Amino acid sequence: MTVGTAKHRELGLTDSEFELIVEKMGREPNVVELAMFSLLWSEHCAYKHSRKLLKKLPTEGERVVMGPGENAGAVDVGSGYAVAFKVESHNHPSAVEPFQGAATGVGGILRDVFAIGARPIAILDSLRFGELDSVRSRHLLDGAVRGIGHYGNSIGVANVGGEIYFEEPYEHNCLVNAMCLGLAKTEDMVRAAAAGVGNAVVLMGASTGRDGIGGASVLASAELGDGDEAKRPTVQIGDPFEESKVLECCLELLAQGLLVSLQDLGAAGLTSSAAEMASAGGVGIDLDVAKVPLREADMEPFEIMVSESQERMLAVVEPARVAEVLAICEKWQTGSAEIGVVTDSGEIRILRGGEVVGEMPVEALVDGCPLYDLNPAEPEGWIYGNRATLATGIAAADELLALLAAPSIASKRWAFEQYDSVVGSRTVRRPESADAAVLQLPEAGNAIAVSIDGNGRRVACDPYAGTVEAVLECAQNLACVGAEPLGLTNCHNSGNPEKPATAWQLDRAVSALADACVALGVPVVGGNVSLYNEGPEGPIYPTPVVGMVGELPDPTRVAGSAFAKEGDAIALLGPFSPTLAGSELAKQRGELGKGLPQPDLAAVAAACAIVRDAVRAGKLASAHDVSDGGLACALAECAIGAGVGCRVDVQPLRDRGCSPEDALFGEGSGGFLVSGERVALEALGAVYLGEVGGTTIEIAAGDRSVVVGLGTAESAWRSLGAQAEHSGA
Amino acid sequence: MIWGVLQFPGSCDERDALHACTLAHGEARLIWHEDRDLGGVDAVVVPGGFSYGDYLRAGAIARFSPAMESVAEFAAAGGPVLGICNGFQVLCEAGLLPGALLLNQSMRFACRQVELIATPRDAFWSPGGPKSNERDDGSGERLSIPAKHGEGRYYAPDEVLDELEAKGQVAYRYAPGHNFNGSARDVAGVRNEAGNVVGLMPHPEHAVDPLTGSTDGLRVFEAVAAAGTPA
Repeated sequence: MTVGTAKHRELGLTDSEFELIVEKMGREPNVVELAMFSLLWSEHCAYKHSRKLLKKLPTEGERVVMGPGENAGAVDVGSGYAVAFKVESHNHPSAVEPFQGAATGVGGILRDVFAIGARPIAILDSLRFGELDSVRSRHLLDGAVRGIGHYGNSIGVANVGGEIYFEEPYEHNCLVNAMCLGLAKTEDMVRAAAAGVGNAVVLMGASTGRDGIGGASVLASAELGDGDEAKRPTVQIGDPFEESKVLECCLELLAQGLLVSLQDLGAAGLTSSAAEMASAGGVGIDLDVAKVPLREADMEPFEIMVSESQERMLAVVEPARVAEVLAICEKWQTGSAEIGVVTDSGEIRILRGGEVVGEMPVEALVDGCPLYDLNPAEPEGWIYGNRATLATGIAAADELLALLAAPSIASKRWAFEQYDSVVGSRTVRRPESADAAVLQLPEAGNAIAVSIDGNGRRVACDPYAGTVEAVLECAQNLACVGAEPLGLTNCHNSGNPEKPATAWQLDRAVSALADACVALGVPVVGGNVSLYNEGPEGPIYPTPVVGMVGELPDPTRVAGSAFAKEGDAIALLGPFSPTLAGSELAKQRGELGKGLPQPDLAAVAAACAIVRDAVRAGKLASAHDVSDGGLACALAECAIGAGVGCRVDVQPLRDRGCSPEDALFGEGSGGFLVSGERVALEALGAVYLGEVGGTTIEIAAGDRSVVVGLGTAESAWRSLGAQAEHSGA
Repeated sequence: MIWGVLQFPGSCDERDALHACTLAHGEARLIWHEDRDLGGVDAVVVPGGFSYGDYLRAGAIARFSPAMESVAEFAAAGGPVLGICNGFQVLCEAGLLPGALLLNQSMRFACRQVELIATPRDAFWSPGGPKSNERDDGSGERLSIPAKHGEGRYYAPDEVLDELEAKGQVAYRYAPGHNFNGSARDVAGVRNEAGNVVGLMPHPEHAVDPLTGSTDGLRVFEAVAAAGTPA
């Protein structure tokens, strides 16, 4: 059976791509083959617009155990243990159906981590929505938070941190990025490469249904627009209970050494799992769709091959061990079926019973997709909107309160309280108590810290500087808890890369990520790209989300972000020269524009080292990086967390040339707000600002001085829940 | 002594519970939900999680497992049984404890550190029933322990609540200001009339290490150990 050329366009392939497939096959592909090619040659699977750029990223380092190309990256944490981690997007499904989209985003990233033999120990998430005064944004926020909680809580993996930003350009394209960390004995880890001709291919977990068919090509690789409702059937439905059983089952199988290799089924289902396993191992695979356990009896072979039903894993097993594998699956009450065999053909062959229904060279499927060069062109001005929500000329105290109440800055307690942050007994620092989450590893005798960051607005202002800042913010967060970076994962969320302005943003952002990683000596061990986050209203802010994992030797020596006690000195450490460019205040005033000052990578890295060492030596009572909303918001956060006020003077920043407004609300990398003994702080090179005490936040800043009651500040900062659950239009 | 910690498909907190048991006293082992034989353990913990996905209703399926049949017999014979969160729900479903756990008033899952008041005042645990010097007047010891659940609002009809209070069967109450789920009369945990089966929604197994926030949970396990240690 052959198919007309119209079909390939519906499936997202260009005419020239289709012609290339015909050339590589020596004939026209049939329906099964065309469906499989369309998925594997989609942006989501083939990275055809981003792969060339991503080659710039440094991926090697002494501590790297697994790098890009595996299901997740992993770094050595000592004593024979490795921490696996990865961040991945589930943006388009979440925009269509936020609860299931976010839930299955968590499910997918968990599978990536246990696929390499690591037990998931933590989840973080990075979310972006339109402004919270929109009904749609509140609906998406509520659904995504519930979905993340539903999946992560049920499966018993602690959700230890994350971030949420609300910006107009995400109104129609929300972002849901989920990161998972897992812990493994290094010797027990497993790769995804199929090996051993004659070995069995076993499908484990849930049965296969029609959900998510075409998700990879139709949903993930095209712009959203009218008719999204019709795409609802392509959003997958999550079942955390099934995943919990599959997780325990896989870890038991690996602990007993019963698996040759293991791979999760994600986007493009069996198609991508089988093809990628075969490609990585340089082998072929025969699959019999008649042996796949189905939810609906009458599914076509192509539907079985492209189904994105969740909670499924594919394993390669030696024939003699298949019975043991099936028995352990039985014990965990999860499905299992031997559906294929590893061959030396170099081909993926799809059979239905005795009939061959598809036959394709692995190389053509996995590596045959053409890689495209971008056509970047720098846009001339600010290409996004920016409505003013705050009058200029109001008192600085009112500006502080407006910033504290801004949903992007306000406490995220409303969200993170819906997540289990304590399961697993590793969480030494719960959300909001420190700049990075800290997890103890009694197995290895130390601890890890993790942070996830990425301020899209600042990347929109300057893709290079903004992306460097995202990496630096992670590094600063880790430094605040005394951790040294080991590795990084990232997800590039962006608009349509075929458009020159977006291509330019992407190119600059990836270059910046590469440069920042090289400067900090932090390898990129994995990640994900999510393009086409764009609709008729325009693209999202370019949003590289960076997740960084670090190590700290002693979890008993971790500074919190809140001030510790009355009378402590407050000081500012690091090369911090803030400006209002790209700041939350500039946004609220409707003053956003192109351009940011370029951060001094080496100077910030040096400041991180000073803070890290000081925390480890117990010299700091608290440490908090200065981020969104500037120094005034950072001071308020430290004070609210402690339940005690502060009195400071920003003169040291004035001495650096900052205006009073810059000093209060300006943003930029390199600032650490630390507290402790004045002599000890000054010995570190920090400049004295004032001291902890009283029941007000008092900031002397010339004609823009601020005095705000602690309770008033806290009410503003804790207002996210009321804003999120507000039901009016 | 030897603890047995039940493990259902979908359990989440069984490893933390094992750890807490061994910190409190003795050794601990998992009991698979299909095992009818409890293996001669001295105390049983039914841990938290989402047994069988909490589908149908939290705890409604797990109560029918073979291991739970044995736990019912073990409890009837006076063996100490501690149910935590989902374990509490399972024990209620199994009829080993009175009342039921409903959706939180907020209709949302919530994870937060809460303060509990242990009642009776002088012992967390009283096999054989309450002692004469025990009072349920808010003067009991305070424990700071994490709670995390979506279905933890304790409910029982008023006459049952009256009876529980009269018989000293309210084991833990949320301290003033800490009843975040809307539980009737601030009840966080109850025990059976004999005093050997206790269930509570907050998670003492997550409060056994100063590094993760509190060690108050150890007191709960130590009390069980005192009840379960063979003479």
